[in-house]
Amino acid sequence: MTTEQSETTAGSSWAGFKGGLWRDAIDVRDFIQHNYTPYEGDGGFLTGPTERTTAVWKKITDRFPEERAKGVYDVAHDIPSTITAHAPGWIDRDRELVVGLQTDAPLKRAIMPNGGWRMVAGALETYGYPVSAELATVFTTYRKTHNAGVFDAYTPEILAARRAGIITGLPDAYGRGRIIGDYRRVALYGVDRLIAAKRAEKAELDAAPADPGRLEAVIRDREELAEQIRALQELKEMACAYGYDISGPARTGREAVQWLYFAYLAAVKEQNGAAMSLGRTSTFLDVYLQRDITEGRLTESGAQELVDDFVIKLRIVRFLRTPEYDQLFSGDPTWVTESIGGIGQDGRPLVTRTSFRYLQTLYNLGPAPEPNMTVFWSPRLPRGFKEFCAKASIDTSSIQYESDELMRPRFGDDTAIACCVSAMAVGRQMQFFGARVNLAKTLLYAVNGGRDEISGAQVGPDTGALTSDVLDYEEVLEKLDRQMDWLAETYVHALNVIHYMHDRYAYERLEMALHDRDVRRTMACGIAGLAVAADSLAAIRYARVTPVRDATGLATDYLIDGGFPAYGNNDDRADSIAVQLVERFMAKVRRHPTYRGAEHTQSVLTITSNVVYGKKTGNTPDGRRSGEPFSPGANPMNGRDRHGYVTSALSVAKLPYEHAQDGISLTNTVTPEALGRTPQERIANLAGVLDGFTAVGGFHMNVNVLDRVTLLDAMEHPEKYPQLTIRVSGYAVNFVRLTREQQLDVVNRTFHGSL
Amino acid sequence: MTVTLGTAVPVGPPPARTGSVHSWDVSTGVDGPGTRFVVFLAGCPLTCLYCHNPDTWRMLDGTRTGVDAVVAEATRHAAFIHAAGGGATLTGGEPLLQPAFCTALFERFKHQLGLHTALDTSGFLGARADDRLLADVDLVLLDIKSWDRDLYLRLTGQHLGPTLDFARRLADLGKEVWVRFVLVPGLTDGPANVEGVAQFAASLGNVSRVDVLPFHTLGAAKYRARGSRFPLEGTPSPSAEQLEAARSVFAGHGLLTV
Repeated sequence: MTTEQSETTAGSSWAGFKGGLWRDAIDVRDFIQHNYTPYEGDGGFLTGPTERTTAVWKKITDRFPEERAKGVYDVAHDIPSTITAHAPGWIDRDRELVVGLQTDAPLKRAIMPNGGWRMVAGALETYGYPVSAELATVFTTYRKTHNAGVFDAYTPEILAARRAGIITGLPDAYGRGRIIGDYRRVALYGVDRLIAAKRAEKAELDAAPADPGRLEAVIRDREELAEQIRALQELKEMACAYGYDISGPARTGREAVQWLYFAYLAAVKEQNGAAMSLGRTSTFLDVYLQRDITEGRLTESGAQELVDDFVIKLRIVRFLRTPEYDQLFSGDPTWVTESIGGIGQDGRPLVTRTSFRYLQTLYNLGPAPEPNMTVFWSPRLPRGFKEFCAKASIDTSSIQYESDELMRPRFGDDTAIACCVSAMAVGRQMQFFGARVNLAKTLLYAVNGGRDEISGAQVGPDTGALTSDVLDYEEVLEKLDRQMDWLAETYVHALNVIHYMHDRYAYERLEMALHDRDVRRTMACGIAGLAVAADSLAAIRYARVTPVRDATGLATDYLIDGGFPAYGNNDDRADSIAVQLVERFMAKVRRHPTYRGAEHTQSVLTITSNVVYGKKTGNTPDGRRSGEPFSPGANPMNGRDRHGYVTSALSVAKLPYEHAQDGISLTNTVTPEALGRTPQERIANLAGVLDGFTAVGGFHMNVNVLDRVTLLDAMEHPEKYPQLTIRVSGYAVNFVRLTREQQLDVVNRTFHGSL
Repeated sequence: MTVTLGTAVPVGPPPARTGSVHSWDVSTGVDGPGTRFVVFLAGCPLTCLYCHNPDTWRMLDGTRTGVDAVVAEATRHAAFIHAAGGGATLTGGEPLLQPAFCTALFERFKHQLGLHTALDTSGFLGARADDRLLADVDLVLLDIKSWDRDLYLRLTGQHLGPTLDFARRLADLGKEVWVRFVLVPGLTDGPANVEGVAQFAASLGNVSRVDVLPFHTLGAAKYRARGSRFPLEGTPSPSAEQLEAARSVFAGHGLLTV
């Protein structure tokens, strides 16, 4: 390990770089636009893993079985994490190219009590680690947490809605996440320059505001800027402990990767955010890697090795969370989302060789959920890149796609996704993450006059239970509207409390230090159970739905007489109901003022918690039984979309992005055979499907392409594959619901197209 | 089942306004190139032993559907299909049992929606496809189920001749054809049978691709649901080696084979 000095001036670090604006102001986009080299070829230039890469990665994978068995590999249980709290650690000190770990050893998790002490203590107890009495005292007596603050200010109404599960998954006991620091700034400018810029921003606020209404805001901004500057100084200190001086700009590709990673590392040392996304880094780093290659300092294999080593680090980001949290999210996700591709405002593709190199890690290191590879899709992307993405999807099922055509006009061409589908301009925009409300349950409240269908408690406003024999569509809609009014108000109120407290007690110092001072903020609301609610309303409208009521008059089940159109068949009768639900709830949310004047947005996204939301929701008028899972995100209910995944996607594409700017999520699972008969044909066809979906206004598509091995695994572990779909006779069936004999038949053959 | 077969007339009947439709879907890479709007027409004159869609055998099993309704459904998918690349396919059942309906649909798919069109047929009723119908078909997916005439009769309950006549006519018209051949172990996989189909396909000059499709038993449940027995119960799917062997016979005749 050598200690590297950065004594050169910015001038020589920037040798060969073009453009001027980015030199005078912090503007990474301008730098990229002036200096990147679009790549319009195919993946033929890529190289496999080096022996070094494989050896380092093996040191990690060898520890995975133990981690999986125990739940956590190890925990630094007595040191509250800060940027500098932990001594440096390595995976393989002699061989790592990019260094830095969250604690002093790989896979060893940190505790971050600022979000909430109970979550930390609960997790430590669960995994058999001692809970320090001293720390308990500090974080319950001397140092208030975000969680404690929120519960001080919650109202009884919010608490009741939360308990009933009609407002769920709120970030009130853990870090809110979904904030992306512009980690590239550290590589391009060095930390000293960023500190100077922050000092200048702070100095602009030295004068007391003339408007007394601005007083608190200005004081808060000054305090936050002081914290940001402190965090940047700590970032330098942390890098120094690893032997690097990052006060100046990175001089080489390797330094650029390292500087950028240190910045990200500082964020994940400081914050246990629900989603800790990386941003849009590949094309930025390509400028450095390309310069080194052009000047003969780096080979293709060397460049790939750097990317591989970086991605290894991203794959082992860990947070200490409770099993209940993991159940909600079906695992232990960190959402290290990296946004790749897209088209620039000037029409040039933002695809570079390093965009390919990032995706190549799925081959060099094998498929993985993290980093969350997110391709910004446009029909205008170069064909070679489209086909490489499609190939990687087919081979690894590890890529998600989002419409560059919908995002670019709204957020610009330096946009990245936080978490799953939340778009934001890097370094200029952040969001207040708001989880989601349960629309399916809200519909039941409409029928029951605000009483919860499971507990019987009065949770929503008493709008009067419907007493008619057969449900009347107009009457249900009218009651639903009033329940939604209440829900939107209670929900936004809860989010205001949460984010006020998060800023106060668990402020993202480092991440916000890598933003402009005056950021655009959104209040990211969300809805779950859209398909259930839409189908239920379609049933009420087009069939005859009769509630079954208990002795107290509570409707607990529904008898359906006749057929009804279901969302997911490109049938406007049902799809328009889903569209109206999205528009209507968004309009209601917009009526309520937000903390820090954030713009209201919403998502149609459940992540993986559609199962948990389903558990908390009783029988619904669409025939779904109590406790049965919802479909994920904006997906139609499984089995009700009867004309194939394309038709289903067309229904989803009707949901208006302008009223769901925090993203609309669709997950598709297909077998390779459902994409065509030859590998080349499948690649071209999948790329075509993505072009088609983008062309009709679709926003997001998770693409799972599952092969024989996966099918065999699904037979043994059906719980892991709830959505695996195969085509049979012009419609789709759920693989895990087939008999064993039928499953074996599928496994043993190549599909014969439309059965 | 009995089907009354008409004789081909030089000028076909006027396009029908309705037809019997079993179902529709949108699929990718299985019923012609790209992503396609696929209409399954009801009714088939053949009763193939390995048929996996016995629910499409009878026209009565379909729903009487207007051309306008089918075209309206296709229209709702057209923008997607144009961007994705693909088209529309009529399959079944046997679409040529309803030639006037096919004519009307192909004409509108092609000229109103600008879609690439494909006809998926056994060719047995090829004589019913008049030149007007074929004029709006870009690609024919032609099932040649066997070269051995006796086997064809045993397999399908009908004669092979009309299919071969249709294939030659398509060749004369210069119409692009993909030949489809289902490989059933112990039934259609005899070397002479495969060689016969391959030689014939290669002789035509308009066959741009051959799909060798493995027999499967996924349709068995449908037979049970109809209260009948799947005729090939117990017949295995071909192995990867058997498929490869058959494909190499076609490829050996210079045919693009997948």
